[in-house]
Amino acid sequence: MWENIKDFASTFFVTGDPLIYGADVSIVLSMVAIVFVLTKYKKWGWLWREWLTTVDHKRIGIMYLIASLLMLFRGGVDALLMRLQLAFPNVEFLNSDHYNAIFTTHGTIMILFMAMPMMFALFNMVVPLQLGARDVAYPFLNALSFWLFMLGAMLFNISFVIGGSPDAGWLSYPPLSQNEFSPGPGQNFYIWGIQISGIGSLATGINFIVTILKMRAPGMKLYKMPLFSWSVLSSCIMIIFAFPILTVTLALLFLDRFAGAHFFTMDGGGNPMMYLNLIWMWGHPEVYIVVVPAFGIFSEIVATFARKTIFGYKSMVWAMMVIAIASFFTWAHHFFTMGTSASVIAFFAISTMIIGIPTGVKVFNWLFTMYRGRISFQQPMLWTIAFIPCFVIGGATGVMLAVAPADYQYHNSYFLVAHFHQVLIGGVVFGYLAGIYYWWPKLFGFKLDEKLGKWGFWFWNIGFYVCFMPQYALGFMGMTRRYYTYGWDRGWADMNLVSTVGAFMMGIGFIFQVWQIAYSIKHGERDTTGDPWNGRTLEWSIPSPAPFYNFAVVPEVKEADDWWATKQAKANGTYKEQPAKLEPIHMPKNSGIPFIMANFWFLVGFGFTFGWVWMAVIGFIGVFACMWARSFQYDTDYYVPVEEVRRTEASLGRVV
Amino acid sequence: MAQHQNHGGHHSHGSMKEYVIGFILSIVLTIIPLVLVMNSILSKTATMIAILVMAVLQFVIQLVFFMHIREGEKPRYNVQTLILGLVIVFTIVAGSLWIMLFNKY
Repeated sequence: MWENIKDFASTFFVTGDPLIYGADVSIVLSMVAIVFVLTKYKKWGWLWREWLTTVDHKRIGIMYLIASLLMLFRGGVDALLMRLQLAFPNVEFLNSDHYNAIFTTHGTIMILFMAMPMMFALFNMVVPLQLGARDVAYPFLNALSFWLFMLGAMLFNISFVIGGSPDAGWLSYPPLSQNEFSPGPGQNFYIWGIQISGIGSLATGINFIVTILKMRAPGMKLYKMPLFSWSVLSSCIMIIFAFPILTVTLALLFLDRFAGAHFFTMDGGGNPMMYLNLIWMWGHPEVYIVVVPAFGIFSEIVATFARKTIFGYKSMVWAMMVIAIASFFTWAHHFFTMGTSASVIAFFAISTMIIGIPTGVKVFNWLFTMYRGRISFQQPMLWTIAFIPCFVIGGATGVMLAVAPADYQYHNSYFLVAHFHQVLIGGVVFGYLAGIYYWWPKLFGFKLDEKLGKWGFWFWNIGFYVCFMPQYALGFMGMTRRYYTYGWDRGWADMNLVSTVGAFMMGIGFIFQVWQIAYSIKHGERDTTGDPWNGRTLEWSIPSPAPFYNFAVVPEVKEADDWWATKQAKANGTYKEQPAKLEPIHMPKNSGIPFIMANFWFLVGFGFTFGWVWMAVIGFIGVFACMWARSFQYDTDYYVPVEEVRRTEASLGRVV
Repeated sequence: MAQHQNHGGHHSHGSMKEYVIGFILSIVLTIIPLVLVMNSILSKTATMIAILVMAVLQFVIQLVFFMHIREGEKPRYNVQTLILGLVIVFTIVAGSLWIMLFNKY
């Protein structure tokens, strides 16, 4: 009996690496600490009522934000471990297997469990407020999306202490990801972690499309909608068409591994390259899914901080819609070197260059908006200004990669690594950070400290160039990605050391930001007006932090940048005060079902990961029970009485 | 949430009969290819074409009986989305064939 348990534990838990034991200890300690604090201060009920069961889009946004920052930390530590290993030739810090696992989890976490939730955080925090809506179209589904993402991410993350991490690259290409070469649960963690959170992403895509099409305030025609909401619409259109492809592809890979099918195997009629073909049909739109909302954020910030209407509003809208469609026609450039007909390569090379055009249009629009504007360099604007040169260089190297004959030289080299980090950090991360700084006061009621933020900003920015510019050169010098070590004779040592220094500078930048948040909670400048940046769109017309029903009276929209127009009219004395009439507000009720259902999904994923079908069956039964229970719930909403609205508004300093 | 107030209007989500018909048709369309493949009734090309035809029919049935493509207040949205969806589906299928068949000796 004891022997059996020991046997089981030695394969179930990851053993043998001091780094992992350290992680085990810290996980147990932080769990104990959380339980202790919640119990000591009697906060379990609060946690359940206010957060785990909430359907309020703002709270869901905050939970997404916390989760994505934790994942940014985890993915960042992965990156630093890799850079330590590569700092000098012949380092024996990580062995090859461990290195493989780390670059795999770094990539997957940064895209799917950091960028995606940070994007959803911004969707949730901003879109209903910009549209003048009380919540998203399907608040219950929104909560379900979040918990599916969260439990999927947790399933993926526990792999490094239980069962072993996936280590076949961030997209898990077969044949390496097949049973033959990757036995053990690592790849299954990958598949199920992504599948479960992928359902959530798809649901969020649907939710926000409906919200944008159906729940705009009266008078807000589509062409009067703020550009961030347009970017969300563009991104969500891509989500609903791209994520099903990912789901199907991973399902087929799972059938190969679990049921011995032959979709992507080397023999039996399978074709591993078909997996690449399919996964990049999701993978290429995916990078636009995450970057287009960043474009929307920049459009809002540039207009606000240059004190000008955005230049070329309609061309911005069209550029984003063209990107949404065109992004589905470029996927094969990720595997030009596979070898296919010349016409295929020519088509995808040209389509890749074409998609650069709408992006260029946007860059010029931002520049023209700033031209002769009265720019104030507060934190959101700093990140926006830093983004433009960074993204332009990243875009230019992208076009270089699109030149198919040259791609045979760059393919899978550090040139590629530097390129996609430049667009993903310089575009996506800078954009989301700008958005977080911009909308933070609306969510939390205070600004983030300028001084610490500037330290963080400069460390991030200088660190970025120090880290990735040498990698372009390393690519030309023949260093390919995923090397876990190299010799002195290669001549790569100097550049790699510089790159590692840059990576640690970005790490310091992140620490400054964490410090900044902690500091600002106590000392940050309070936002008493609800409009700290002199903003242009509806979210700045309500108090900060926004009350749970958002708008006491649903606004009537007359102009694009309606809040700006209202303020102008008030200043000119032409504003006609309309008598506000409060009505009872219709709101959704909290529900525990999303949280419970996502936990059952976790059981499904965990069961399949270890091949314990009984556990997966229990999970599925639970999932269906939750659906059943929800189907027969009729009491899902309530009205907030006028008196309560009036009291809440008064406590926020507003008279209605 | 304001829109929810006009709930309980004319929200027809299909009838029991429609769902049952759709369900039976889907099952039939699933069984036909299965039988064709299991018993090797047709030649390889004919089997493939038969499967594709069944798949397209299946798709239409999903749209009509379960997705209620014919209903809704603004059918224009439906048509636009459907066309975009069809373009993407065509791209996936035709694009994959175009890219991958080159490598089939």
